[in-house]
Amino acid sequence: MGDYLLMNRLDFPILSTTIFIPLVGAAILMLMRHDKAIKGIALVTGILNFLISLLLYIHFDPTTPLFQFGEFARWMPSYNINYVLGIDGITIFLILLTTLLAPLCVLCSWTAIEQRVKEFMFCILVMESAMVGVFCALDFILFYVFWEAMLIPMYLLIAVWGGPQKDYASIKFFIYTLFGSVFLLVAIIAIYLTTGSFSIPNAMFRDYSFGFQFWVFLAFAIAFAIKVPMFPFHTWLPAAHTEAPTAGSVFLASVLLKMGTYGFLRFCLPITPKASVYFAPYMVILSIIAIIYGGFVCLNQTDMKRLIAFSSVAHMGFATLGIFSLTLFGFEGALLQMLNHGVTTGGLFLCVGIIYERTHSREIFDNAGLGKITPIYVGFLGLFSISSLAFPGTNNFVGELYILIGSFVSSKTAGFFAVVGAVLAAAYMLRLLKQITWGREDKRAIRDMNLREVIYLVPLVILVFWMGIGPSPFVDTMKTTLTNLFTRMEVFFQ
Amino acid sequence: MTIQSPLPLIPISIVLVTSILILISKKRPNLREFWSFAGSILTFISVAAMVPTILNSQKIVYTLSTLAPGVSLSFRVDALSLIFGIVSSFLWIFATCYNIGYMRSLNEHAQTRYYMCFAIAILGAQGVSYSGSLLSLYLFYEIITIFTYPLVAHHQDEEGYAGAKKYIVYLMGTSKGLLLPATVLTYVFTGTLDFADNIVTGIFPKGTDGVWVAVTYCLFLFGFAKAAIMPLHNWLPSAMVAPTPVSALLHAVAVVKAGVFCICRVMLSVFGVELLQGLNLGLYTAYFVSFTILVASIIALTKDDLKARLAYSTVSQLSYIVLGVALLDKSGMLGGILHIVNHGFSKITLFFCAGAIFVATQKRKISDMEGLGYAMPLTMGAFAIASLSMIGAPPVAGFVTKWYLLNGALEIGNLPILIVLMASTILNAGYFAPITYKAFFQGRKARWSMADVKEAPMTMVVPLVLAALISVALGFFPQFFTQLIGRFLS
Repeated sequence: MGDYLLMNRLDFPILSTTIFIPLVGAAILMLMRHDKAIKGIALVTGILNFLISLLLYIHFDPTTPLFQFGEFARWMPSYNINYVLGIDGITIFLILLTTLLAPLCVLCSWTAIEQRVKEFMFCILVMESAMVGVFCALDFILFYVFWEAMLIPMYLLIAVWGGPQKDYASIKFFIYTLFGSVFLLVAIIAIYLTTGSFSIPNAMFRDYSFGFQFWVFLAFAIAFAIKVPMFPFHTWLPAAHTEAPTAGSVFLASVLLKMGTYGFLRFCLPITPKASVYFAPYMVILSIIAIIYGGFVCLNQTDMKRLIAFSSVAHMGFATLGIFSLTLFGFEGALLQMLNHGVTTGGLFLCVGIIYERTHSREIFDNAGLGKITPIYVGFLGLFSISSLAFPGTNNFVGELYILIGSFVSSKTAGFFAVVGAVLAAAYMLRLLKQITWGREDKRAIRDMNLREVIYLVPLVILVFWMGIGPSPFVDTMKTTLTNLFTRMEVFFQ
Repeated sequence: MTIQSPLPLIPISIVLVTSILILISKKRPNLREFWSFAGSILTFISVAAMVPTILNSQKIVYTLSTLAPGVSLSFRVDALSLIFGIVSSFLWIFATCYNIGYMRSLNEHAQTRYYMCFAIAILGAQGVSYSGSLLSLYLFYEIITIFTYPLVAHHQDEEGYAGAKKYIVYLMGTSKGLLLPATVLTYVFTGTLDFADNIVTGIFPKGTDGVWVAVTYCLFLFGFAKAAIMPLHNWLPSAMVAPTPVSALLHAVAVVKAGVFCICRVMLSVFGVELLQGLNLGLYTAYFVSFTILVASIIALTKDDLKARLAYSTVSQLSYIVLGVALLDKSGMLGGILHIVNHGFSKITLFFCAGAIFVATQKRKISDMEGLGYAMPLTMGAFAIASLSMIGAPPVAGFVTKWYLLNGALEIGNLPILIVLMASTILNAGYFAPITYKAFFQGRKARWSMADVKEAPMTMVVPLVLAALISVALGFFPQFFTQLIGRFLS
């Protein structure tokens, strides 16, 4: 065990608890018979886990760059594989986002999922467990286990409860992601053969040769670029997003995509810093292509979900742009953007889910002209759309501002290109909003949002404004970790 | 001297609460309009309450939150803020009164949405006035854009949507595409977005690359497309599809003035007189907007639609403000900033008149207005006074502006600017005088008789007459505002 870990000082192993509570909940609901009880248990599990994970924030020490709440247990000593958990400023909010979204996903599926409720809720909880695991794991093998474990419930969510083209979408998702995972595995083995250890922190900032870094970076980058997804690896995303049930889309957009950018921050930069600096200009170009291409494709969508899916490509392009601007502002902006995208796009997918339950269509035209018919719904949708186009005072603006500052510092050309994407974001979101509010004149009987739906959107609305107007609690918490990463990277910039 | 106090948040909060109350009372129109009234009056009072402090040469500052080091959501009230704050809050009272007459006479739809968006647009204008950093400025500037969009598209017909689309494309496109990078570049060079404490030094450190300063400056100048400087002026005539009170308050006062106010603020409190003079940017700007002043006036001559003519007149007059400030000379800056007030009162009168004519006669074209002065003497009388102010004839408000502007041009000894100012005066007279002439001296018996056409409802006539009278008063007694501006410039 290295000196990178501050052991957990709470009375119970909080990270393991957060990982395994959903699994326990999933086991219990398998014993239930009635759908109501199953949903109830899933909801209670989700809320309980969120409340426990809040303790992470309360007890988090933002002054140290070390991993906190550490847990260590020997797993397979002969291969030097251990059960090591710990979180730092990068992961804490990603975990909180995951645990917050899980109960919201249960709530949004309350009436939308009518068949195989038990299996559905089981998948949701297993997903949550695996996702939290990915963010906590500090051992490559443990990380890889959780990483692969996410794949199966996600595949099932799309393949079983998905839309009309679910088979195509789920297989495409599965193949793409598995393809990426293979490269991830190769990189992990290469690192193991060089360092003799599966410890992630031990692998960071070692004196690897440039050739080694070059190939390891490429292997990592392919795996993570598929997850983000970066252009040109993005084609699985629109299909998967569009066909997945609402809860699946929310998990996909809000958490799964973050695995890619998390991977860049956690693995690529610290493990292969020289190669990261070498590849940074190319990654910036790919990010900008994603931002602008995503924006243009969005302008041409008639399907609400596809539009939001492509907007994710653009938004995540901003995140990778921030990371590979290799500035502290860029890092902070990227992490903020990851959270913001999770909140806002999650909210947008929830909104699409709400209207889909009523009109059974995702087409913009079928859902147009709702301004007078369902004003509350349009209010929520409007809010998330405005947040999505980075309106000042909302969360995305802060992330975008940080990223733009970062990219203008590193390259003014890149900055100006990114601005084009910002303009496009305004264009496609306002177009959507205008269509939904005023696009049609005829009167239809569509009921407005009910209390349950308002309840699961409100936490996201609060976050939109909180992170938009007073982001200091978030920035301060992640600052030490990212500053540490940045200063250790700085040596390699020459 | 600087006072830390959340005072500037009070008017903003009052407007916010008003807009919520309007939304809640949508089933009870009288109560809803009462909220508008009460809100506008309270806002004005809360703004006026800050005047003594500022006249004492003090500033009020308040930081709400910090987004990044040097990037804060902060507020600041100085004399320049108050100029715009007073005008927009005071005229909101008039506009509310006028709104009620106009919207009820024409039985317009979606009135709750209308009043609410109207209030939030004022919130944006108030926020812009009291911004203490580029971030706050950008925030409130964008709030204005978003919430005036439903007002422009109010009629929800094809023309309305087309106008509103142009509106949002111009305003949002420029703010995202130019203003945002300008703000970011400023931060990259200076490490802060807070405004400077004086108008001389600005926030750019000495030795910043002149080319990049100029680029940033141009991005700002065009990024604030609400100022309607050519070639980014075209949204303004298109936005005239909106109901007339919207054109009046928003497109003569709140929206366009927010644009020029922001330009003034950025020129003086971000770049500073020294830097602009050093790079000669002030003079280039003055020449550049001269083009707008002249060309917009010439286009106005060709328009027969009254609102279109007023719109182009606005485009031209807004550039006076920028021109004055760009002279970077005390008289010039005073004249420019003073024109925010003078043009506000006079132009709102003109738009109010246009709306009153439309409500009373359903006419929009100037050629149809022969002899109208006899049927609507109060309205057309007010129109005549306000158009004198636009021309710059004594003793109406516009004269004071012209006086200071001409002084400014003379002081820096710039002949071309002098010629532009004089030429534009003739052009102004060329497109305003015929309207008054037609109304009072042509076709008295031809079309109108007292029986057919009466003045519009009193709720419309009273505010427009009052606004015209204030234009006259400002011509006689400009001291209050010149004193305020003097405080800012010293």
